[in-house]
Amino acid sequence: MPVATLEVSAPLRMLHWLYPVLLLGCAYLIIPIIGTNYLFEAILLPFLALSLAGVGLNILTGYAGQVSLGSAAFLAVGAFAAYNFNLRVEGLPLIGCIVLAGFAAAAIGIVFGLPSLRLKGFYLAVSTLAAQFFVQWALTKFNWFSDNSASGVIDAPLLSVAGVAFNGAVRRYLFSLTVVTLLTLFAYRLVSSQTGRNFIAVRDNEAAARIIGVPVLKTKLVAFAISSFIIGVAGVLWAFTYLRTVEPAGFNLDRSFQILFIIIIGGLASIRGAFFGAALLVVSPLILSRLGSFLLGDLFNSGVLEMSQRIVLGVLIILFLILEPDGLVSLWDRIRKRTIARLKKR
Amino acid sequence: MSGFDWQFFLEVLIGGLLSGVMYSLVAIGFVLIYKTSGVLNFAQGAMLLFAALTFVSLVERGVPFALALIITFAVMVAIGIAIERVVLRPLTNRPPMTLFMATLGLSYVLEGAAQLLWGTQVHGLNLGIDDVPFEVGGIFISQFDFFAAAVAAALVLSLSIFFRYARVGLAFRAVADDQFAALAVGLRLPRIWATVWAVAGLVALVAGLLWGARLGVQFSLSLVVLKALPVLVLGGFDSVPGAIVGGLIIGASEKLAEVYIGEYFGGGIESWFAYVVALAFLLIRPSGIFGQKLVERV
Amino acid sequence: MNSMNRVLGGPATAYFPADVAAERWELDGPGEEAYAAADIALGLEGVSLSFGGVVALENIDLAVRRGEIKAIIGPNGAGKSSLINIISGVYRPDHGRVRMAANRFTSVPTQKLAHLGIARTFQNLALFKGLSVVDNVISGRAYKVRSTFLGQVLGVGRSRSEEADVHGRATKVLNFLNLTHVSHRLAGSLPYGLQKRVELARALVAEPAILLLDEPMAGMTEPEKAEMTEFVRAANREHGTTIVLIEHDIGVVMELSDNIAVLDYGRKIADGTPEEIGSDQRVIDAYLGIAAENIGGEGI
Ligand SMILES: Nc1ncnc2c1ncn2[C@@H]1O[C@H](COP(=O)(O)OP(=O)(O)OP(=O)(O)O)[C@@H](O)[C@H]1O
Ligand SMILES: [Mg+2]
Repeated sequence: MPVATLEVSAPLRMLHWLYPVLLLGCAYLIIPIIGTNYLFEAILLPFLALSLAGVGLNILTGYAGQVSLGSAAFLAVGAFAAYNFNLRVEGLPLIGCIVLAGFAAAAIGIVFGLPSLRLKGFYLAVSTLAAQFFVQWALTKFNWFSDNSASGVIDAPLLSVAGVAFNGAVRRYLFSLTVVTLLTLFAYRLVSSQTGRNFIAVRDNEAAARIIGVPVLKTKLVAFAISSFIIGVAGVLWAFTYLRTVEPAGFNLDRSFQILFIIIIGGLASIRGAFFGAALLVVSPLILSRLGSFLLGDLFNSGVLEMSQRIVLGVLIILFLILEPDGLVSLWDRIRKRTIARLKKR
Repeated sequence: MSGFDWQFFLEVLIGGLLSGVMYSLVAIGFVLIYKTSGVLNFAQGAMLLFAALTFVSLVERGVPFALALIITFAVMVAIGIAIERVVLRPLTNRPPMTLFMATLGLSYVLEGAAQLLWGTQVHGLNLGIDDVPFEVGGIFISQFDFFAAAVAAALVLSLSIFFRYARVGLAFRAVADDQFAALAVGLRLPRIWATVWAVAGLVALVAGLLWGARLGVQFSLSLVVLKALPVLVLGGFDSVPGAIVGGLIIGASEKLAEVYIGEYFGGGIESWFAYVVALAFLLIRPSGIFGQKLVERV
Repeated sequence: MNSMNRVLGGPATAYFPADVAAERWELDGPGEEAYAAADIALGLEGVSLSFGGVVALENIDLAVRRGEIKAIIGPNGAGKSSLINIISGVYRPDHGRVRMAANRFTSVPTQKLAHLGIARTFQNLALFKGLSVVDNVISGRAYKVRSTFLGQVLGVGRSRSEEADVHGRATKVLNFLNLTHVSHRLAGSLPYGLQKRVELARALVAEPAILLLDEPMAGMTEPEKAEMTEFVRAANREHGTTIVLIEHDIGVVMELSDNIAVLDYGRKIADGTPEEIGSDQRVIDAYLGIAAENIGGEGI
């Protein structure tokens, strides 16, 4: 649950902005200099795309309380839409493609959000699977989406904005970082706006919300639309900056669950949470694989690795739900508070 | 309409109904848990995979059929009870969605463990029933489908009887109706839950063997849940008759659609068709087949 | 629990349809002019409601005058909350109409309730637990919002003035209800009595013409009750709000209300001023008798 907004004095409020600004400064100025290729390709690029997807899903599930099991469908719609806009609309700049891809995902999101007007809880969660399977099927079945390529796997176009090409790992990282920063800022403003309050009202008590005049149906559809928009753009980043290929297979049910896990582990109804969760989910398999081959040597082949990753992920989810239901964010805040208190004592 | 082949239609329909029974079988595992503990157990598919994989692996290692069955059953009961103890009990009184997510995590653990233990290769499973069609009044019916449907029907029937007459069964129904009242009259909920999970293990075993024999025992077996979910949406998460009728509807409409309209979509529509049927149905009747309209309480 | 209430609530089938019919409110007939003359803000006409076999309300007529505090009392399960739920559109009556100023509804459109000038509180707390107190109160004005989410995010256009306006109003209401010190706490983290008060704040901030209060003082300590009584009275006196009050504490009811309707087993058995009700033998038999042994209100 969201942390109470405390009454803060002016200097403290500046501090509120200090951390994100410092973090961004570091991300823009220091990491590009010291980062290795491996850091960008294997960690930061997937991390950024998944974080953004987590932010999108958190708006829908964490804030508005509508559980979705079909996020990967919207990643896929975003990626394929951007690819096709770029391919088929002559002279449309890349940014235009990305924005349009977001709108395409939002439109599909509204369609698959329609059941939420009548269904709740598990019934709704299951119905979002329809999006997952339908979209994956359509993208595989109709080769037009993949420009009739024989393998169904297509190369993402080169990134360029206003004549500046974003082709190396560092540049792709900067591109992704910028998109993620802008949309995160958007999400942050959104959840503290009237619309954001309506989200939480609908989540916490739909009947009461309706009675006091919150436009419940509109609020749900807006949540689906915005969430899908953001996830759609995350899909573009995933395909264009990280994988650099576009293919339906990567946007499967496991990916949908992965994004759901990101917000559970990171913290539901927390924008920061998506980043915490994504970080853990990107880094822990890498650590596991290092650790595994270090301890077990050749016995730890890729099959074993995959299965132990599944187990670790599942155990993490269960542990977080039991021990830290508000996710890494609340753990982090607790630790921070305790450290500050301890420092003050000295 | 003179050219319409009624016999073929019937054949497809019956095939669909029979495979629908298989869906119902998985769905009933869900209903059992949902009714008694309010958990939508996504791990049902993983349990099914675990059961089938354990059984096949034992048989392949030379364990006699019956003994393998008993061992697997024991393992499934142990897993069921362990799940209840380790995962669900610490989550008592948490929102149903949290419990659902926990079972999602659980399914990852079980899938991973099953394959880590027994390997990832595909195993054939022969239950000794050939998949040859037999003829009734000019209509061909798969012998295996028929057998599977019969087993499923028997299981459903015995579960219903169990629910209705056995002491534990009565307790189940009390719990399903009102957990607090059940607590108040001194029913021991943990013991009942443990029993429920053990029974769910049994259902997973039966379903796992039948589905395993049909599809081969492999990872994708756990995806059978995805077939059961639309059935549940249609029939209601808490209704055994709903699971049965829902399964039949989904099974039949899916097969008919595949045969009659699939070609217009370029085939492969079975991955989503069931969901569309369930959703369309719910839009017309939001409370499902058997659910009565619940009035919101504020 | 309910079956127990039945036992305590008095004889099972006590009332004669003839009596009840005689009590039917005389405005029911030709209607309009009489309605306007009596200045009726809210009325029920022959409303019935049942759940499966349970009859919650049976042929209820009720008139609430503009500016009055009308209490609805009766034993548990009498149908009081159902009545409010019908007025607020949560339940749809099987028969009968709800009348609000010039409108007659066979079922009240919940989404429009706030626009019709009606706000309510709930018997079981219905706050948004994940929102702070002030945000809960602000959400009481969600029905007025006309800015788009994009405007809100960018902080342009109408959204700015709306946000300022709504904060100003929330601050005032919080002040009025002595809630300022908790305004930034999460609503779910407050003690029960305060949460009840926040619910009142959320309803008041909408500036309703009619306020429906379903047991606003249940579960409160005596001082809290006294405070709440004052708030309700002040809302009525200072803003001219018409109030429908469900309350078990008979002392509070007698003190606050201009008129009282008594329900029992879904029927209205009496309707009148506190004095009339206090001396009505059927009411004493059905409700006040036990209520007297139960001053404090709980556990009836
Ligand atoms: N949503 C519902 N579904 C089924 N039955 C209901 C529902 N709401 C109310 N009832 C039944 O209708 C009857 C009247 O209930 P109601 O809540 O209106 O009583 P009440 O007078 O408010 O009682 P209390 O003093 O306990 O709040 C009761 O028998 C109750 O069980
Ligand atoms: Mg009530």
